[in-house]
Amino acid sequence: MSTLTLNKITAQKGISVADATRKCADLGWNPSYVQEAMTYPSDYKITKAPRDPMKQVLRSYFSMQEEKDNRVYGALDAALRGDMFRNVEPRWVEWMKLFLAIIPFPEISAARSMAMVSRLAPGEDLRTGFTMQMVDEFRHSTIQMNLKKWYMENYIDPAGFDITEEAFGKCYATTIGRQFGEGFITGDAMTSACMYLTVVAETAFTNTLFVAMPSEAARNGDYALPTVFLSVQSDESRHIGNGHSLMMAALKEPENHLLIERDMKYAFWQNHAIVDAAIGTFIEYGTTDRDKTKESYAEMWHRWVYEDYYRTYMLPMEKYGIKIHHDDVTLAWERITKKNYVHKIGQFFAVGWPVNFWRIEAQTEKDFEWFEHKYPGWYAEFGDFWKWYAKLSKPGQKVITFNEEVGYVYPHRCWSSLVPCVIREDMVVGELNGQLHTFAHEIDRWTAMEAFSDEFQGRPTPAMGRFSGKREWETLYDGVDLADAIVDLNFVRSDGKTLIPQPHLRFDDKDMWTLDHVRGHTLGSPLNALRGMDEATRKAHLADYAKGFTISPCN
Amino acid sequence: MVATSSSVGSGAAGAAIFADSESRRYRYFEPRAKRATHYEDVTVDVQPDPERYLIQDWIISFPDGRGAYQKDSTKAQSSNWHAFRAPDQEWERTHYQRQSRIEVMVQAVIANGRKSGAQHAFDAAWGKTLQKHLGAWKHAEFGLGCALMQAQRGGYTQMINNATLTNSSYKLRLSQDITLYLAEIGMDIPGWDDEAGKTAWLEDPMWQGTREAVETIMGCTDYLEQYFAINLVFEPLVGELFRSGFLMQFGAANNDFMTPSVIAAAEGDYERNLANAIDLIWLLANDEKFGAQNRTLFQSWVKKHGALADKAARQLQPIWSKPHSKPISFEEARAVSEERFAKILGEVSLSR
Repeated sequence: MSTLTLNKITAQKGISVADATRKCADLGWNPSYVQEAMTYPSDYKITKAPRDPMKQVLRSYFSMQEEKDNRVYGALDAALRGDMFRNVEPRWVEWMKLFLAIIPFPEISAARSMAMVSRLAPGEDLRTGFTMQMVDEFRHSTIQMNLKKWYMENYIDPAGFDITEEAFGKCYATTIGRQFGEGFITGDAMTSACMYLTVVAETAFTNTLFVAMPSEAARNGDYALPTVFLSVQSDESRHIGNGHSLMMAALKEPENHLLIERDMKYAFWQNHAIVDAAIGTFIEYGTTDRDKTKESYAEMWHRWVYEDYYRTYMLPMEKYGIKIHHDDVTLAWERITKKNYVHKIGQFFAVGWPVNFWRIEAQTEKDFEWFEHKYPGWYAEFGDFWKWYAKLSKPGQKVITFNEEVGYVYPHRCWSSLVPCVIREDMVVGELNGQLHTFAHEIDRWTAMEAFSDEFQGRPTPAMGRFSGKREWETLYDGVDLADAIVDLNFVRSDGKTLIPQPHLRFDDKDMWTLDHVRGHTLGSPLNALRGMDEATRKAHLADYAKGFTISPCN
Repeated sequence: MVATSSSVGSGAAGAAIFADSESRRYRYFEPRAKRATHYEDVTVDVQPDPERYLIQDWIISFPDGRGAYQKDSTKAQSSNWHAFRAPDQEWERTHYQRQSRIEVMVQAVIANGRKSGAQHAFDAAWGKTLQKHLGAWKHAEFGLGCALMQAQRGGYTQMINNATLTNSSYKLRLSQDITLYLAEIGMDIPGWDDEAGKTAWLEDPMWQGTREAVETIMGCTDYLEQYFAINLVFEPLVGELFRSGFLMQFGAANNDFMTPSVIAAAEGDYERNLANAIDLIWLLANDEKFGAQNRTLFQSWVKKHGALADKAARQLQPIWSKPHSKPISFEEARAVSEERFAKILGEVSLSR
């Protein structure tokens, strides 16, 4: 005799998941009274309806998400009860001021971009997927704002968190994040909201953002960030499914192939330039954990981006006739492993500390040993710089940004990714609309001058976006005294004199820099300077720039 | 373990006293009340504005030079787009809590109803009415949800766009709730035709006015017009008329306790979305500089979408005659709807 259970007694026949999905997809129809306007046009033509790979309906989605939320907020409460902040490393949390100033905007931009992709293809199979992604991204944006508020309320130094969204609009570093977020919502709808956002950013780079970074947070006593971000990451597979499905529908039209190839190239390279710059720096320079058995950012990149994305996602696209730019992947890998891309960015953020809104602590001997172990040759190139940084971290010293003794040369800014041209030998210049611009790499030049244009390889691309605005941050404060610029940025504590940024983690007024300590240095725009040179001087300058600089020994 | 990188061996609040060590509130926006609400803290200024803090302006533009968000995405104007705060104060956690509770309630109603055989007690004509007309209505809700998904891209601030986003989420959830409800009770009712609703939506003259009104909203390129037309015009004149004035009133009288419960959630959704919409439109209608011209604009939207909604409502009239038990007449329901519409318009200094 079989055992009776409550489930057996109360069970009743329901509809299958496949049936539920099919019926919900059938809610759409082709309007006949008034046609929907293509408010956000694309040069892609998609005539085949994409298929829904997830087969989930909203009925199960909302309760699943609520349960995930309960775990997140429960963990935050537990962290406070467990006195997490007593043990958390300020070196780590300080970088969260930058990271969490940036990330809520790209997240909510991703929600907005669902408006752009939802009318691109016929059929409504993906509508539930787009709806879930829209609400997911709303979740991510506000859950991250909540986490930041929680840090502000409980961390030793709340300054910087307290001006977060203002700082996001103003800072010379967050400009990189704005390029990332605006890239999701502006220009050709398919390029921005599918290829750049979903096919590349979410599929290739969220693992480094939302998996690799939380594991480093945990090593620094911060188990709140992993709780929030692993929960965020658990939503990403839905988004990856949306992007892949829409791209596969686009692939069916041969005339889209050239655009897919263009967008894969642009999006992969720019995501590499931006995400690796930011996340690589957080992971390598924001940590106090120097366990030599843990993976470096380069090793994680190889696992997540090279093995996971390139080999299993990008490469199979070749069988559909899409040209994959293998060289770009290799180049990105070599920039990280051979050309010290992440380390040069970390150095750049440190040099610019007075115009940041967070603290950056100097790297020390223990850090040097780890870096040398993971990146042989690191000490020879960066050791003296960080010694200088430590030495010049005391108020009253000449600020490192302007200290000629150090030997650092402030970099040009890449017009395409907005990340500085830190690999000096790779910088190229080009003329756009009769004006000279600098690019971190030839692919960045290609992005700005060929991809973001109204024509691509002879094909009209009228929907493609344009680079605009005051893209080089440095031009905003060209000729302005550093102290005045900091006041204008509002990166000053409420006593009206102490800077929000500090080049150390000494939580004592007597060690903190004030406006008086940085006054008397004039900021300059490398681009304006370059444009102002005569041809011979410019040529010499560029040749000199390509040679790089040498940091003076610090004794 | 101690915080080795901290000069005081701790990363906790209060471990040291120095400049701004107690600056524990966001200080870049004016809260509406004395102290910022949680909703404000997680919402305000996440969408940047070149007129506030975005000092480099939008750094990518559309081919015509327009940046990511532009004020002229709507014809309405404002002296301060940032003033609006959604009265429902919704952020992700409250949104999921509410949506999840609704789904649990709806599924419990359906499961318990089916277990008790409630669907077999339906008056036969009522079952046919649900199959065809509630089946058609789910497409209206879906169309409005899609229009709102489009609209949530256009607003000039995070507060406007998030309120529109949650509105979209509520509508799309309802359209799926109805779809799955009908599919599930349909399994128990012999001869049930789950396609009848869509056929009616596309072909039945009773539904063509509603479809035209919904498609007109879907086809608008002005996000605020979409938000306005849905919440201030279509919902009172058609949405509530059909949901409250028909489904909920007629259900019990025709031996159906499930449908009113499933639909009741939508009426709760609408109260919140209406409060959000009225607050936003009130601000714009009473704007010191642009109030008069906004009211003229809104009046034109009332005229345009009101005419379509009136036509839609009139065409739905025969549905009130279909069930055997008729607790109220179409005219009575319509009078309630008219009164509601007048009250809503009165809140924002508009009229028929």
